Amino acid sequence: MASILAVDDSPSMRQLVSMTLRKAGHEVHSVEDGTDALSFAKENGVDVVLTDVHMPNMDGITLTSELRRLPSYRFTPILMLTTESASDMKMRGKEAGATGWIVKPFDAEALLRILDRVLEPKGE
Amino acid sequence: MSNEALQLSPSDMLHADTNQYLTFMLNGEEYGVEILRVQGIQGWDTVTPIPSSPRYVLGVMNLRGAIVPIIDLRKRFDMDSIEFGPTTVIIVVRVESTDKGRTIGMVVDAVSEVYRVDEQTVQAMPDFGGSVRADFIKGLSTVDDKMLILLDIDKLLTIKEVAAVAAA
Amino acid sequence: MSLDLDMAEIHAIFFEESAEGVDVMESGLLNLTPETTDIETINNIFRAAHSMKGGAATFGFLDISGFTHGVETILDQMRSSQRDATEEVIEVLLASVDCIRDMLNAAQQQSEADKANIDSVQRRIDALLNNETAAVKAPVDVKKVTQSSSGALKAWKIHYAPDGNIFKTGNEPKRLLRELASMGEISVISTLSKDADFESMDPESCYTCWDIELRGEVEKDAILEVFEWVSNQSEVRIEALEVMAEHIVVPISESASVSETKVAAPKQLATQSAPKDSGSIRVSIDKIDMLLNLVGELVITQSMLARFGDRDTGGNDTQGLRDGLLVLERHTRELQESAMQIRMLPIGASFSRFKRLVRDMSTKLGKKVELQLSGENTELDKTVLEKMSDPLVHLVRNSLDHGIEMPADRIAAGKPETGILHLSAYHEGGNIVIKVSDDGAGLNQKKILEKAIERGIVAPGEVLSDDQINNLIFQPGFSTADKVSDLSGRGVGMDVVRRNIMDLGGRVDLQSTLGKGSTLKIRLPLTLAILDGQLVRVGDQVYIFSLLSIVETVLVSKGQISKVVGTGNVYRLREDYIPVIRLREAFDMASESLFSESEEKKGELLVVVESDGKKMGLFVDELLEQQQVVIKSLEENYLPVKGLAGATILGDGNVALIIDVPGLVHSMDMRQLEKTPQSSAA
Repeated sequence: MASILAVDDSPSMRQLVSMTLRKAGHEVHSVEDGTDALSFAKENGVDVVLTDVHMPNMDGITLTSELRRLPSYRFTPILMLTTESASDMKMRGKEAGATGWIVKPFDAEALLRILDRVLEPKGE
Repeated sequence: MSNEALQLSPSDMLHADTNQYLTFMLNGEEYGVEILRVQGIQGWDTVTPIPSSPRYVLGVMNLRGAIVPIIDLRKRFDMDSIEFGPTTVIIVVRVESTDKGRTIGMVVDAVSEVYRVDEQTVQAMPDFGGSVRADFIKGLSTVDDKMLILLDIDKLLTIKEVAAVAAA
Repeated sequence: MSLDLDMAEIHAIFFEESAEGVDVMESGLLNLTPETTDIETINNIFRAAHSMKGGAATFGFLDISGFTHGVETILDQMRSSQRDATEEVIEVLLASVDCIRDMLNAAQQQSEADKANIDSVQRRIDALLNNETAAVKAPVDVKKVTQSSSGALKAWKIHYAPDGNIFKTGNEPKRLLRELASMGEISVISTLSKDADFESMDPESCYTCWDIELRGEVEKDAILEVFEWVSNQSEVRIEALEVMAEHIVVPISESASVSETKVAAPKQLATQSAPKDSGSIRVSIDKIDMLLNLVGELVITQSMLARFGDRDTGGNDTQGLRDGLLVLERHTRELQESAMQIRMLPIGASFSRFKRLVRDMSTKLGKKVELQLSGENTELDKTVLEKMSDPLVHLVRNSLDHGIEMPADRIAAGKPETGILHLSAYHEGGNIVIKVSDDGAGLNQKKILEKAIERGIVAPGEVLSDDQINNLIFQPGFSTADKVSDLSGRGVGMDVVRRNIMDLGGRVDLQSTLGKGSTLKIRLPLTLAILDGQLVRVGDQVYIFSLLSIVETVLVSKGQISKVVGTGNVYRLREDYIPVIRLREAFDMASESLFSESEEKKGELLVVVESDGKKMGLFVDELLEQQQVVIKSLEENYLPVKGLAGATILGDGNVALIIDVPGLVHSMDMRQLEKTPQSSAA
């Protein structure tokens, strides 16, 4: 299935997201902030990035704009998974190039449904 | 090991009533203990006596980093003690009691064989009346015309008894 | 890649990280003052609250997420400079931190949180939010009203004209169409947008727009949901093709489409895994790397030593073998130390908790106190750290309550108005020392002695040294406070503090000068798993005493021991009579020893030990070396044995028993109580 980079500073959230995605058959790499995510993304290609917004060192929005600057991430779906629901933050996310905004709490089904939405079916 | 257990075929299940027993000698008689309970056999070595313990508890010994109590089975069965010789060994077994599992060592005269025993052929111990051993004996079985005394090792170190001593 | 955990374990991680988050919030808040608004501090506090809210909601602790939301809102206003960090705001936030902590504990223990308190704090939060910032929108969790789905077939006409940059956000219009297709039957007409100019077309931009007809059991908001994220960057028009019975207007709510959640049945999960503290520990990568390095070294040493087994060296290479063994020994020791390091945590986190206590208590008492901390990086075994928490709180409370005087009294005594409470931690010898000192009134020995006599702890006319008087406060049921204070007189006396410290294998000493202040010095073993031991020989057995428990060793001649009827033997150690026993008798091993070998010598070796302020002597045959020993449990495979604290494995592989000094002292005490109502010897 897809290879997904999950970014969250909360260990429990990382575990939960990883568990949910792995159970659905995805390959998950999880890191704890934007800085780590960016260096991972530079070294490895992933199909989808799933990131928290508020994180130390580098927040999710900065991460998104940084990723969009990388040629290989220009079209990669980047989903924000966050408790943040303020519309100005969402606007900033959009401007940075985020593909979607998922508000925590999330349930596994919804997360997977949205992932399916952004993932290209194989062979298409 | 656990893999083998998982791979038991249905035909194996039919033989579930047979168990392997490790047998050992004590005072000229042959005793058996379920081989699944045996964790190892070990030569006699010095033990460290434990204060306030029953006399059959010789002390504790270091078995791969664990502190394990050593029981003199002759003393436990109220038999005459003999001097430990070259064949004297400690059979290390896992015993289960109500509170938890413990690893203990039991000193026996010598180890003997491994037999497969059909549990259905095991007979109850005849009542000899007040014998200390009766409590620890699960039953008797005959293998190759020899009588085996099958032990119930879970009662060797009974908590009530030892606790009473420890609290004394 | 880490292994997947089950839900219960993830819950445990959540509780652990939330506990840390609460601490981060608290210490951050304590650093905030109306004068200093450090944005980074506020950001940290905000992030902690924010993560906690998200986690709590995800794991189904809705009371916590709901409560935290208001806190988060206040913090958000603070970090965007819409709200000042006034004393009141900080106070409310600190109170909220307590509530969150309480609710987290309740959720973890499946107990009840203090509802009344939470409600009252909630009201204070609401008041803050409503008062000043009517503009700030109230919460939250907008639960969407679910329309009763009629299940009727509907038809929609959708016009979708995405912004040219749509691809750059990773949104592929094709996906949207696919999704619409999954909802019902669609027909699509795609057209080039009007402003498409082939001359200047950007291959990475989108110039297409679509007209879609969708037929199926589809509600309008389901369609809106598909376009929700792209709607601002696109032109989306949705019209009903057939006239609907009801016209539903659904605003694109700002809490997005997927905010609705099915809570993953937390109750059920909780019951199948009792939320016990499994005692996990977070270890820095450095420590693990260190451990791995050592294991690597060990492997190399092992292969080096293996050579000696591989070839027949004819006994010529014993030097090489010896060298190898020395290296092995060093690595093994380092490995042990390193493994122990994993259990070690800095005491700083415990210390910083006192900032709050001192702040709250001094306000309540009307005292001025400055808390000074030092040695926060000193590391302690996790278990020791946890078990020291209560005793330390008690000591700090005591200092604040009884030690440091009221400002007026301090000025009258020629001291600065603000008292100083100093908490420090450092290594001394093989121990950790924690000191609680204050520059307060000090112990009033006259008052203590009067009290002790009144309570019958000390006989009238008895002469005691200053130290002995000071240590009377550790006696059970002793309290010098004239009235029982609300703050520290909570029925837990200094005797309990001392007992707790003793249980950890430590000791506590008190120094005090009237008018100058008091210092409590707690000495603790580095870890519970390792003991600094004094090896002694009794008969042919080796026993081990904790070095900390040994006061001194004296050579005693036979005549110095007197028998006291009903009590046993006593020895006069300076002005005290202390009970003495022979270990081999105590351990009922008389049969093993045919004669007392020391009787033939000039005297006998008496090891004087102390526990709980009481001394006793134990006769041993020989003092052997001192070494660190790893404590192993006797209960694991046997049973607890009276008088023994455990066992250890010596260098030669043999087992040696560790003497339980507090236990022996206590049992001596009991014996004396039983047999002699009054110690006639003293």
